[in-house]
Amino acid sequence: MIEVESITKRYGSLVAIKDVSFSVEKGEIVGFLGPNGAGKTTTLKIITCYMPPTEGTVKVDGIDCLENSLEVRKRLGYLPESVPLYREMTVKRFLKFAAESKGVNGKKKEKEIDRVMDTCGLSEVKNRIIGHLSKGYRQRVGIAQALINDPPILIFDEPTIGLDPSQIIEIRQLIKDLGEEKTIILSSHILPEVSQVCQKVIIINRGKVIATETPANLTSQLQKTTRIILRVKSDSEPVDSIIEKLKGIPGVMNITREHQEDSLVIETDQTKDLRPVISRTVVENNWDLLEIKLHDFSLEDIFLELVTKEEEAA
Amino acid sequence: MTGFKPVYRKELYSFFASPTFYVVALIFLVIAGYFYFSAVSYYSILSFQGMQNPMWARQLNPTEMVLRPFFMDISVIMLLICPLLTMRVLAEEKKNNTSELLFTYPLTDSGVLLGKFFATLSVLFIIILGTLPSLVYFGTLTTIHWPIVAAGYLGLFLLGAAFVSLGILASSLTENQIIAAVLAFGALLLFWVIGWSKAFAGPQLAGFVSYISIINHFENFAKGVIDIRDVVYYVVFATFFLFLTLRFLESQRWRG
Repeated sequence: MIEVESITKRYGSLVAIKDVSFSVEKGEIVGFLGPNGAGKTTTLKIITCYMPPTEGTVKVDGIDCLENSLEVRKRLGYLPESVPLYREMTVKRFLKFAAESKGVNGKKKEKEIDRVMDTCGLSEVKNRIIGHLSKGYRQRVGIAQALINDPPILIFDEPTIGLDPSQIIEIRQLIKDLGEEKTIILSSHILPEVSQVCQKVIIINRGKVIATETPANLTSQLQKTTRIILRVKSDSEPVDSIIEKLKGIPGVMNITREHQEDSLVIETDQTKDLRPVISRTVVENNWDLLEIKLHDFSLEDIFLELVTKEEEAA
Repeated sequence: MTGFKPVYRKELYSFFASPTFYVVALIFLVIAGYFYFSAVSYYSILSFQGMQNPMWARQLNPTEMVLRPFFMDISVIMLLICPLLTMRVLAEEKKNNTSELLFTYPLTDSGVLLGKFFATLSVLFIIILGTLPSLVYFGTLTTIHWPIVAAGYLGLFLLGAAFVSLGILASSLTENQIIAAVLAFGALLLFWVIGWSKAFAGPQLAGFVSYISIINHFENFAKGVIDIRDVVYYVVFATFFLFLTLRFLESQRWRG
């Protein structure tokens, strides 16, 4: 559906993105993830034909963004990062402009405007001036204009930024619902958002793509070891000797102490689950077992690891 | 050309929704009203004197004494208000990032630009037409030739087109509306006064500077003369600056 082939964008001497390639299949919800200033917005602006890349090509539905940008733009609904809206207009008038611009005319226009207002919950504010609306409503107007004329591809640049938690949940749900029929690219620097909503994550840092995976795959790929968190107490034995004894278990690779005195992080071979053996050892030694659990990598850990690795390499 | 209609309509809506339009229209009409009042008052004083002195009566000509100065005066006020109307046209879109919406909708750049140009020109002409009732009233007091009035308004329309095109170019250069207005005003004033240098410009250049001057071509219209050369001048002027604006929008896109 969307093919991005080794695009580079330079602003003068500043390289915003370098040799970025990825593709998005039909019906996918793709999360575009990266720290601030990584080049997310630049990439999205290029896909939406707002500006051409310095090098490389972008094809949407097989159509080149440079050669036939009008055809590409017809297939896209775009919500820019700053949610730009004509503030002097009423919600309805603005959506009318969006509809006319996308070539929806006549009777269909009214219907289409009513449909997107319904989807985004805007019916009760349709006659209010956009400049007077709250941030949450403005965000919805921004999404509504992207939905007009039912484009198969939706591109949302940081759709939940600056919203309060309940609004964030609403918008995420809306995006999830939309994702059932549409191809969506969603940029964000908030990780849980991406892991909740997206089927695929593209991580970008310093203008380069550093990973393209499903959230689950990312986790398993980066997780070379399994971590077990163990909290034990013993009145007779010092922690060091406990660590020594645990290190004797086959498969245990490393043990580190957490901030809490009695909490140990045991890194083990990924292939085996050592929890039964460890708990048996604890019982045999007469230590008091307070807690034992498998530590899941969160997307945050992976993200940090990828980004720091990248930075070390650079 | 897709984009002309929606953008034209949107721009008209935005003009009428903004207080700027009303303030500009008010000031324009107040000043135009003052000029009209003083021209008509002068004319009526001379008419009284003409009753006593038949020699003067022959010189009493409503076209020469009221219409021509009135149209010339309006052209001066237009010079002042045009930059105020054009300054927001592209600068505001850039400032509010709405250009990102506008240029990712399936609209051609030329459609967008022409929509904006004709909307601004329409708004300007609506303001100018606000002076028509005073001429209609004048027509009830004395005999005036309406084709001359029509030529005058056609001239104002063409002059307005030239002003607006240059103003929109200025607005495309910056996202600051004040800068856009100052640039437009400065450039227009320069095109206005360049004709004055004809006296010392030398034989070859004199013809050129008086031809390039934006106001020299208006004087015929104010007298009621429609010369095709003047029409061509304004059309070429407007087309040239709109074309420059279009090129400029494109180059801005490439630079990001």
